[in-house]
Amino acid sequence: MEVLLFGIAKDIVGESSFRFDEGDVVPKSVSELKQKLKNTFPDLGKLSSLAVAVNSEYANDEKGLSQGDEIAIIPPVSGG
Amino acid sequence: MIVEIVDVIDPGQVYTELSHPNSGGSCVFVGAVREFTNNEEVTALEFETYKTMALKEMEKIAAEATEKWKLNKEVIRHAVGKKAVEEPVVVVGASSAHRDACFEACRYLIDTLKERVPIWKKEIFKNKTVWISAHP
Repeated sequence: MEVLLFGIAKDIVGESSFRFDEGDVVPKSVSELKQKLKNTFPDLGKLSSLAVAVNSEYANDEKGLSQGDEIAIIPPVSGG
Repeated sequence: MIVEIVDVIDPGQVYTELSHPNSGGSCVFVGAVREFTNNEEVTALEFETYKTMALKEMEKIAAEATEKWKLNKEVIRHAVGKKAVEEPVVVVGASSAHRDACFEACRYLIDTLKERVPIWKKEIFKNKTVWISAHP
């Protein structure tokens, strides 16, 4: 499962992407993923918002994750 | 409907893109880099995007506007990369038979883009950089 990082989330984690591989403890839902990331990188919890996209669509906290999904961490957007 | 993410925006091309035999008017918003934020001098803005998702969201927004108003043409185009003061960074527009529809649609396009489209803007000052809206 590949997780893409953008904007300030990329700066906080220090990488533009990372992977959960077979054998890793893979989060089963969006909320589990968010919690895991916030535990590892407390600065992510200080942002105004933290959304997650699954296969390039916004996903709610209950959304389940599967191994082949492309996940993206979406910090507060600021286009325009 | 034109939905694009590009390196450089030419606001001049949008008139032709919105022109349509049934359109009596076009309304266009162009966003540009402003020199001062809270009295601090900005030297540039840097934009990055999650392109596949950004294009999907921009297409959804354009489709929503088409449902709400009777539009003949729409453009949503955003730039990425480093942009200097006065450079255009976003162009949205719509054309319709009468002006009310395109004025309202144009506002919807830019306001909704700012809320939803995964594009991020970093302000570059002389001595620091700041991701906009990141913190409360």
